[in-house]
Amino acid sequence: MATKQFLFSGFGGQGILFSGKFMAYKGLIDGKQVSWLPSYGPEMRGGTASCSVIVSDEPVGSPIVSKPDVLIAMNLPSLDKYESTVAKGGMIFLDSSLIERKVERDDVSVFYIPATRLAGENGMPTLANMIIVGKVLKELSDFAPESVDAALAKVISAKRADMADINRKAMQIGAAN
Amino acid sequence: MADKVLMKGNEAIAEAAIVAGCRHYFGYPITPQTEIAAYMAKRMPKIGGCFLQAESEIAAINMVYGVASTGKRVMTSSSSPGISLKGEGLSYLAGADLPALVVNVQRGGPGLGGIQPSQSDYFQATKAGGHGDFRMIVLAPASVQEMADLTVKGFELADKYRMTSMILADGTMGQMMEPVSLDFEVAPAAEKPWATTGTKMEREHNIVNSLFLVPEELEKSNFERYERYKYIEENECMWEEYLMEDADICIAAFGIAARVSKNAIVEARKQGIKVGLIRPITLWPFPTKAFAAAADKVSQFISVELSMGQMIEDVRLASGCKVPVTLCNRAGGMIPSPEQVLDAIIEAAKGGAK
Amino acid sequence: MVVFDKPHALTDAPMHYCPGCTHGIVHRLVAEVIDELGIEGRTIGVAPVGCSVMAYNYFNCDMIEAAHGRAPAVATGVKRADPENHVVFTYQGDGDLASIGMAETVHSAARNENITVIFINNAIYGMTGGQMAPTSLPGQVTQTSPYGRDVNHCGYPVKVCEMLSKLDGPEYLERVTVNNVKNIKNAKKAIKKAFQNQLDGKGFSLVEVVSSCPTNWGMTPKQALEWIDEKMIPYYPLGVYKDRSAEKEEA
Repeated sequence: MATKQFLFSGFGGQGILFSGKFMAYKGLIDGKQVSWLPSYGPEMRGGTASCSVIVSDEPVGSPIVSKPDVLIAMNLPSLDKYESTVAKGGMIFLDSSLIERKVERDDVSVFYIPATRLAGENGMPTLANMIIVGKVLKELSDFAPESVDAALAKVISAKRADMADINRKAMQIGAAN
Repeated sequence: MADKVLMKGNEAIAEAAIVAGCRHYFGYPITPQTEIAAYMAKRMPKIGGCFLQAESEIAAINMVYGVASTGKRVMTSSSSPGISLKGEGLSYLAGADLPALVVNVQRGGPGLGGIQPSQSDYFQATKAGGHGDFRMIVLAPASVQEMADLTVKGFELADKYRMTSMILADGTMGQMMEPVSLDFEVAPAAEKPWATTGTKMEREHNIVNSLFLVPEELEKSNFERYERYKYIEENECMWEEYLMEDADICIAAFGIAARVSKNAIVEARKQGIKVGLIRPITLWPFPTKAFAAAADKVSQFISVELSMGQMIEDVRLASGCKVPVTLCNRAGGMIPSPEQVLDAIIEAAKGGAK
Repeated sequence: MVVFDKPHALTDAPMHYCPGCTHGIVHRLVAEVIDELGIEGRTIGVAPVGCSVMAYNYFNCDMIEAAHGRAPAVATGVKRADPENHVVFTYQGDGDLASIGMAETVHSAARNENITVIFINNAIYGMTGGQMAPTSLPGQVTQTSPYGRDVNHCGYPVKVCEMLSKLDGPEYLERVTVNNVKNIKNAKKAIKKAFQNQLDGKGFSLVEVVSSCPTNWGMTPKQALEWIDEKMIPYYPLGVYKDRSAEKEEA
């Protein structure tokens, strides 16, 4: 990996910024250069949320991801908005429980994960985002347990440390899917 | 790397200010910099400091004026419309020669404008932060680490020269997270014999004041202040040069615009175009020498800005109009894409090398 | 035997005030109180914009000149910089405190900021030459109300003590005047209490001093002092408008 540009997108409340932050921390722990840039403002309240994450061997130039190598879309408006921006040969991960349509492009790899349904079935209704992150890491061959654990410890506050286990489990479910 | 933490730029400013010994913060909520106030509200009570949400930007800058009068490190932060309100206080701080740190995390304007990133307060920060003849030291970070570094530097320069340092950032710098280290050597605060902390009946009273009704005296104070400004211009300029050694084209950009430009430069170099970047870190004092030297080598400057073209005037002045200076810009909260900058570079390259 | 002397807290600088102006009296009262409380060495005064703009030359304690109306915000900063040691007072006129600086006044009172505010109400803008103030009386002729203040056109005067008394925040609000010896004695008592409250950590204490401006009122000093009794006091009744500690003791 020289430079990987991620775009996480979905509704506010789906943990979009959290999963992006996890990915950035994991990169930092793996010794990479990283940046994380959220959308901000009124659009965050109930509307679409997105964040740009860049993980690179080189210093990060612009932190704005306009041509993602990896798009995570957790609702239809996000897929509609960003499908065309994905770099040729890139990857799209989408929550197929919430997005009924298929990806139209044929020059990208697409992964349909019924993340919201899986989250509900496994008693972790708020962790569809991390199920998808698990799948992303697996497809990128980047699911190193040590750095996953270390990154979880960074993004989960000490008061809620017990949440690390269930987040890890969510990622494992995603990876196995 | 593992000792670094991911922080938002706004939070990095707040924590760096605390590390620098700032224990007084006054502010008023405004997007996209409110994290600074929220961070201070949480931290200050735990370290014996004072966070106070003021009734207005005007009150906040005057509370800053009050603490600054006592010689303690103090700051406020806001975004563009709020900085306009602080303009009165900035002028008084200058007139009374008080050190303070003011942060502007810019958003698009004019008027209420928007909340997305902008650099359209360049004129306001570098030319006319308020009424009267005065300058502020204006620092333009281009990474979260620099948000922290320049905050510490800003306090030190403010104390050294008894004036306001302004961090001129933008919405992306405030909102983005990057690894940051807050392990600083902070210079001890200077002696401030002028501070109004009570005479203790041991000295004549100190007066913090910007009123000079006798024009000869007011003129004298202006001339003295500008002697200091001249010294700062000669000694405190900071800038970064990127791939300038063999450059035929020079991009001028600061903050987020410089980050975007670097992407474009990498692409242009792949196409064989010799292009480099001069990134002013101090917007005032403007790194005139760097641009003057480049003007002898390059065939064109491109000023990349998130505004209708403000810094471009300083680039033209600094380069003595020896070569063309063109503008590549977005405004109103939009950010130029690397592709847009690349197109501008390719267009410039058509003119050939010098 | 010395029977009358200048308070130590006043400098030797000759004051620039007009003949018959009551600023000089109030300056002296503030200085006497600073002397009596022995706090000159840790007192920081904040001067306004208005006739008393150069108060910083007249008080021997450390002084700060604030922007127009912002003295309570500046005082807030000074006080918060060292709440244990700093004794902070502002000295403001009616335009400064009740017009351009109204937000700073109301909010420092609402915060019960532990400062002392001396408020000179003479119903006119003195320094700029006699324009209508927020406290100019209905019908009062000024340069900018040449036909008399028309309340239908430009509204009513602001009664600062009455207004602030509705807030839960402030500790102490009293209106006094200085137009005769008895009233001057009362005024000094109020000013001393306003400083003592700060030393006791009680909070925001404001003394409104109904004052005269013979020059801009177009009167002799004596007529001006009489006009205070005839016109000003009926509209701005003297008295204590809030005294939280006293109220607590009664309850």
